[in-house]
Amino acid sequence: MTHIQHPTWLTEWLELAGHQGVSLNAQSIRGLAPAWVFRLDAVHWGRIAEISAAQGLRWMGVWVDEAADYYRSHALRGNAALDALRPVMPLAQSQDIVSPADATQSVAGYVPTQNRREAEQPRLLENVGTMDGYSISACLEQQGDTVLLRCVVPAAQPLLPSQALAYPGADRLERHAQDLWGVRFQGHPTPQRWTRHQAWSGQQFPLHDGFPTAGTPQPVTPPDNGYPFLAAQGAGVYEIPVGPVHAGIIEPGHFRFQAVGETVLNLEERLGYVHKGIEKIAVGRDAFGLARLAGRVSGDSTVAHAWAACMAMEQAAGLSVPPRALLLRAILAERERIANHLGDIGAMCNDVAFAFANYQFSRLRELWQRDNAAWFGHRLLMDCIVPGGVAADLTEQAAAAMQAALAPLKRELEELRPILAANSILQNRLQTAGELHAEIAAQYGCLGYVGRASSGDFDRRRDHPYAPYDHIHVTGVCYHTGDVAARLDVRYDEIGVALDLLEQFLARLQPGLVCADWPQSIPAAEGLGLVEGWRGETLAYVRFDAKGRIARYFPRDPSAFNWYALEKLIHDNIVPDFPLCNKSVNGSYSGQDL
Amino acid sequence: MSSLLSKIARIGIITEPVKTPDDAELQQLGITLKNRIDRRFNGSLAIRQVDAGSCNGCELEIHALNNAFYDIERYGIHFVASPRHADILLVTGPVSRHMQAALLATYEATPDPKWVIAFGGCAADGGEFGESYASCGAVSNVIPVDAVIGGCPPRPVDVVKGLLAFIDR
Repeated sequence: MTHIQHPTWLTEWLELAGHQGVSLNAQSIRGLAPAWVFRLDAVHWGRIAEISAAQGLRWMGVWVDEAADYYRSHALRGNAALDALRPVMPLAQSQDIVSPADATQSVAGYVPTQNRREAEQPRLLENVGTMDGYSISACLEQQGDTVLLRCVVPAAQPLLPSQALAYPGADRLERHAQDLWGVRFQGHPTPQRWTRHQAWSGQQFPLHDGFPTAGTPQPVTPPDNGYPFLAAQGAGVYEIPVGPVHAGIIEPGHFRFQAVGETVLNLEERLGYVHKGIEKIAVGRDAFGLARLAGRVSGDSTVAHAWAACMAMEQAAGLSVPPRALLLRAILAERERIANHLGDIGAMCNDVAFAFANYQFSRLRELWQRDNAAWFGHRLLMDCIVPGGVAADLTEQAAAAMQAALAPLKRELEELRPILAANSILQNRLQTAGELHAEIAAQYGCLGYVGRASSGDFDRRRDHPYAPYDHIHVTGVCYHTGDVAARLDVRYDEIGVALDLLEQFLARLQPGLVCADWPQSIPAAEGLGLVEGWRGETLAYVRFDAKGRIARYFPRDPSAFNWYALEKLIHDNIVPDFPLCNKSVNGSYSGQDL
Repeated sequence: MSSLLSKIARIGIITEPVKTPDDAELQQLGITLKNRIDRRFNGSLAIRQVDAGSCNGCELEIHALNNAFYDIERYGIHFVASPRHADILLVTGPVSRHMQAALLATYEATPDPKWVIAFGGCAADGGEFGESYASCGAVSNVIPVDAVIGGCPPRPVDVVKGLLAFIDR
């Protein structure tokens, strides 16, 4: 994809960066389209975040990759700014933690300070022999356009300024990169471990080439005691530790509440319990193996993640997907959206003891899943999306049956909504519970129904449509009160929109191929996939090695940002409303922990 | 309120008779399961579900067991909130190393006699994730397993079959 003209905001952003001494070198990388790619010096990594945040750009994620050609790269040779990044002091003296005040100092001149929450030992880097450097990529969004920023740091001294000061939503993804790659983000406000518990040490970095996939685990990995939780003191303040094993049928994670009486003063999440090493075990897979793995990043978002990963791989391979396959993918995605919204609406009502709604919506969800099994062979639609298209065609009878099943569901939903609205006890519990203010949602980059219930009117299907959404009208859904009721309303409306989309997609189905042949060999290339999953914008980055095997896979679930929302919106709510608030956000643990 | 009551009345009882229309084998399963639970567990089988690293796909299908179609409680099977109340641990996922200690503690907290069922392909053999620096793989690598219910994820009817096979062994 070639960009002929910059959008106005991008021109302004580039000018502003130029005025502030940040030089951005445009790159053209086919597989990363539609993103505009800019390379910059690592020293400017924090500054560009400040400029971008001030311009209102949304932060979409960060990931690290090898940059084996770091010193050899022709493009970088003789770059004085990068020379400054070379190791200037023995590693033994280095500390990975600096105070925010030091963030703007040059990389070579930083001052080690003690972290307020956790002073870990200085990290000695292992396994640096195979890589000369790391490339760091971060994505930003404005008006549906995506910018990909990239810089490189030397493996021997992998330091760069944090973007988490300008973008608080970058906090955990930077720590994830720190735990898995050993890249240190200077000035990070809370640099203690995040994804890492006790399965590997602070001196080991699983995504390094030399780190064996099997690792060097102890017979029993000890629990992660000693994690520095924020503590509260005062008369009547008590703590409630919850998890990782919860009381319900739900994924594991730890929540640390501080409360007075029934009121929550603070909630701190400690996640990472279901870290399964997805990024590591992706390496070396073929395209089909990666699609299967992507479909299990988060079981409820199997379509979203498989589509994003396949889109990234197809972009890298330069493969076009047949139109019928694209329509079938969108049908799968909308079916996944509807199934999850149905289940969660029922579950939210159940959390405030309105069993009638749970009974009705779980019934509708079950019927929907049975249809999935009948028409696509899987109740959750796993493995339906494959590189090049979809695994199986939809028969004409199935398409007709699906078309016929849309109106009855619509009717039932129209019948049920007034019943929910008229139930004053239910509404009393949903309204004003768990309010997420619009500024906070925007600050943390909240996505999907969490963002859209708090004025964050962004939907990739509408704002930067990818095929087949590019030829169709997607009605936006946006609410402004930010409470549980608003999140429920957004999801209710989105089912309606999805049903309309399904009708249109089914009407557009023409006979044709459902899968393009995956190329025998593909050159080393990278690709970016971005889809609007049911939970929100879902990102996948993929790089193939010269043999056509996966060299890097980074999936970013919308939960990476929506989990922050739960910590914020629970303030001043009562402890018994936590399950309700949690369900209204429904972050994926697995998609967060990877 | 009248619309609510009318909706309830019109939907009626949808809980499927013990025979499931599309699967002849299941026709007797429910009755058999109920009889076995009555006999061997005095009418009540308490299950504590533990997600030890799953992708959440298995949890969605375990949830479905409680919807009105399957209504698994009618067989005397209850999902309980604490391992202290449980006869059976229903464990999903490859056991992530970060969950290993928690799973062991949960197992220890479950009173004897107790049984463990590994639920889903990952719990059975590590599935798509296998063993790695982050994953212990199969549940049996961490705690003794008495039965396995395969599938990715297992369908609700597979659970009924699997439980019966376990009780009947």
